[in-house]
Amino acid sequence: MRSAAALAAILIAIALQTTLASLVFRGSTAIDLVLIVVVFVAIKSGPVTGVMAGTVAGLIQDSLSSGILGIGGLAKTIVGFGAGVLGSQFIVTAPLPRFLLLLLATGVHAAIFMGLYTLLNLRQFDTPYPAIAGQALGNAFVGVVAFQMIEWLPGFVDRRRAGRFLKR
Amino acid sequence: MAIADIRQRPGFILGAAILLHVVLISAQVNTASGLPVLQVVTFGSFSEVQRAMMSMIDGVRGMWSGYVDLQDVQAENAALKAELQNLQVRFQQERAEAQRTDNLRQLLELRERANLETVAAEVIAGPASPDFRTVTIDKGSSDGLATDMAVISPAGVVGRVILPSGRAAKVQLLIDRNAAAGVLIERTRVQGVVMGVGDGVLRLQYVPGTADVKTGDLVVTSGIDGIYPKGFVIGTVDQADRGAGAFHEITVRPAVDFARLEEVLIVKSVPPAREQLEEQK
Repeated sequence: MRSAAALAAILIAIALQTTLASLVFRGSTAIDLVLIVVVFVAIKSGPVTGVMAGTVAGLIQDSLSSGILGIGGLAKTIVGFGAGVLGSQFIVTAPLPRFLLLLLATGVHAAIFMGLYTLLNLRQFDTPYPAIAGQALGNAFVGVVAFQMIEWLPGFVDRRRAGRFLKR
Repeated sequence: MAIADIRQRPGFILGAAILLHVVLISAQVNTASGLPVLQVVTFGSFSEVQRAMMSMIDGVRGMWSGYVDLQDVQAENAALKAELQNLQVRFQQERAEAQRTDNLRQLLELRERANLETVAAEVIAGPASPDFRTVTIDKGSSDGLATDMAVISPAGVVGRVILPSGRAAKVQLLIDRNAAAGVLIERTRVQGVVMGVGDGVLRLQYVPGTADVKTGDLVVTSGIDGIYPKGFVIGTVDQADRGAGAFHEITVRPAVDFARLEEVLIVKSVPPAREQLEEQK
């Protein structure tokens, strides 16, 4: 995946996250579309691109939020790196591995994000595990669907074009 | 490092990204003391850099002052050495002057104590030959010196005048092989004759084997030789053996340190024994 495409995907994810996610999921912020995009870019392009994608996405996301700039970025950077390493070492093309990978990525992201905020005594997270679990399941489900759609869409379009061409 | 190479090292990229985020976070988070973490960390890190730089500068400065700047130090060192040498010479002069003053004071005391007509003289030369134990003094016949006048020092008997000239005189030391003096052992009043043997000690002869002689006995002049006034110290008995003959074999250690002889007194008074001898002539 080229960098421009990755950047575009990140920007789209942020745009969706800030506009549509709250509407689609009825005000819930459990789904982190940006994290899903970072994981997708990482498993498609490797750890280096995953690191860059995580850094850019996280910093943009942090800059748009009211939190500390860099904490989300650091979390997504590490997640991007890990996802890239796992994507390059294992076959994660099937839905289940991707589901599990997204679960793991969400857990690691939450651990780093909440851990840093707690460590710096900037925010307290009361009983975070249900929220983390919910977010992980949401990210995994949406992510797997999104991955399949993204991978399916180009072939679907080509097939539609080829069908129209044959009908003529 | 090329970008392509960097892309082959994801760990490097990850480390750089983590560092970037840590810096960003630190810039926004305060420590417990209220200061920004980035400021504290930056200051702490930079202070270490400053410390290292200062250490480096100090090292260079020390190297400069310790090695490169040695030219001035060398010149200063040479000047200090010269000054030290001058001071050492001056110190030696002052010390010699003090010593000479002390010697003269002792001579003066000796003169007053001996109640003899004396002339003070300074040793100006040593022996011309190692076979003869003589010294030259700076007083001569123009000062009233004559042959066979006794030469003494605060420590004891030195010798006798053997060759007076107008402004100087040669003195035969008591340790010369040809020197002799009539003596007596102060403790027992036993008489004898001391003779030089040329090696710094004296031999006391003609002391009867029956006489009581002990190591450490003080030997003084007897006055019978017509040269040395009576009662002046010659030395102490160093060794006394009962020989096979009729006399003791006695070695006397001189009281005078002939190696350090500087000022002496020449006794101009004629001893009574010589007066009698001259009257008999």
